[in-house]
Amino acid sequence: MLEQLTLGRYIPGHSWLHRLDPRAKLLLACYFIVIAFLTTNWLTYVLMFAFIGGVIFLTGLSFSYFVRGIGPLIWLIVFTAILQLLFTPGGHIYWHWGILMITSTGIQTSTAVFLRFLLIITMATVLTLTTAPLAIADGVEALLRPLRVIHFPVAQTALMLSVALRFVPTLLDEAQTIMNAQRARGVEFNNGGLIKRLRAIVPLLIPLFVGAIGRADDLATAMESRGYQGATNRTRYRVLKWHNADTIAVVVILVLNVVLVVLRHM
Amino acid sequence: MAITFDHVNYMYQPNSPFEAVGLSDVSFTVPSESFTAIIGHTGSGKSTLVQHLNGLLKPTSGTVTVDDFQLTAKTTNKHLKSLHQHVGMVFQFPENQLFDQTVERDIAFGPLNFGFTNEEAMSLAHQAAHDVGLPDELLKRSPFELSGGQMRRVAIAGVLASQPRVLVLDEPTAGLDPRGRAEMMAMFAKLKADQHLTVILVTHQMDDVADYADQALVMAHSNLIKAGTPAEIFADPEWVKAQQLALPTAANFAQHLVTRGFEFDSLPLTAEQLAIQLRGQLPKEGR
Repeated sequence: MLEQLTLGRYIPGHSWLHRLDPRAKLLLACYFIVIAFLTTNWLTYVLMFAFIGGVIFLTGLSFSYFVRGIGPLIWLIVFTAILQLLFTPGGHIYWHWGILMITSTGIQTSTAVFLRFLLIITMATVLTLTTAPLAIADGVEALLRPLRVIHFPVAQTALMLSVALRFVPTLLDEAQTIMNAQRARGVEFNNGGLIKRLRAIVPLLIPLFVGAIGRADDLATAMESRGYQGATNRTRYRVLKWHNADTIAVVVILVLNVVLVVLRHM
Repeated sequence: MAITFDHVNYMYQPNSPFEAVGLSDVSFTVPSESFTAIIGHTGSGKSTLVQHLNGLLKPTSGTVTVDDFQLTAKTTNKHLKSLHQHVGMVFQFPENQLFDQTVERDIAFGPLNFGFTNEEAMSLAHQAAHDVGLPDELLKRSPFELSGGQMRRVAIAGVLASQPRVLVLDEPTAGLDPRGRAEMMAMFAKLKADQHLTVILVTHQMDDVADYADQALVMAHSNLIKAGTPAEIFADPEWVKAQQLALPTAANFAQHLVTRGFEFDSLPLTAEQLAIQLRGQLPKEGR
């Protein structure tokens, strides 16, 4: 059941987007999320959705990956949108009951919340689907590097990040195996009330922690024996390179930003 | 009373981008109280197959019958608990599943889940600990203080304590030293005889197949490609190699002897069979 999560998963590929520099992709994805809040009228939404549609097309991945990525979050989005719809005063009142009301402003804001959420999650899915976890770690490290002037431990953070990312699938596998083993010993993970379910988690969590601690110990020993003496003064095997394609992507996003600003005043 | 797979198919994550075939049209029968080995190269579907035996996976189509239990795609989880008890599963590296404060309580965990009273569970735990050769003084210790080999015995005792009728072993000797490996296999053989268990063993150790199994199933690419006695399976060494498998040590040695002029009626699989066949030939050589 754990492997059915699409969110945060990487699908190897060779599309134009797969080959972009991870620094560029991280920056641009964040930038896209910021300008998603510039949307005000239907023209701007059409533009943004057309843009994200183009991006999805460029990934070369089946549309169903994106539908699945949004699937688990759709209830959260719908819930937020409904709250916005029912509790926003202002404008023409169509219906009200106690403190609940549906107003023209409410309809506008809840639609905006819904569509912006959709844009943001789709872009985040594009980022994780097309960027290998290690590339993301490299990108984050490169982007954090200026923080060294305030003595932020950039190299250590990057190391922890890449080790953590590396072990996510391993730990998921292990969790699945332990779960199966405990189910075979009569644990029911999906039955009973809240207390019973929480108690069923103990035989899963303890072995998982014990395993993780043992693994950390082994990994530290293996790293030391291979000459790791701290994160300073290292050379790098994976060197990030900025290509023309990355510049083009930056220009495209900037143009999108300008067009958005123009359209929102129309 | 036996285990039957009837045209079992299993699909991982059906109707999704990650869809993958786990089992494809697998049919076979395992008689009660027999010792069946499942062999095949890594990723051939062995572990997927054995997880069907106690309902951890349900077939996408086809039927699995384990004694009185029928498992199909429509079986609901409510009916699986008695199947979990009936079929004991020892996973790879089972020591990773230990969690309780004392060895004794960890072993009693299974029986308690299956509805035994505290006293019954404790007495079953002590019996199981004895069966796997754990000394009594370890029972009050924490499982995390034990050696790797002892932890594995605790885990196996934890499965046996629920009194399964079928014991599924997924590479139970992986990572053990040769002596630990031999001891553990002898222990399983004894348990099988004493408790009239049906044993299903997934292994890469062809010597264990030759020494212990009555029947072997060969898996490749999610298909069951051959079923028969070890003698039938290993009869064609070329075919065995083509399946990325190996011959048992004795059979391998016998093959080398054949190139030096020895003759065997049938390919010996165990050291004992090899010795018996050689004894018949040596005096002739001596003359």
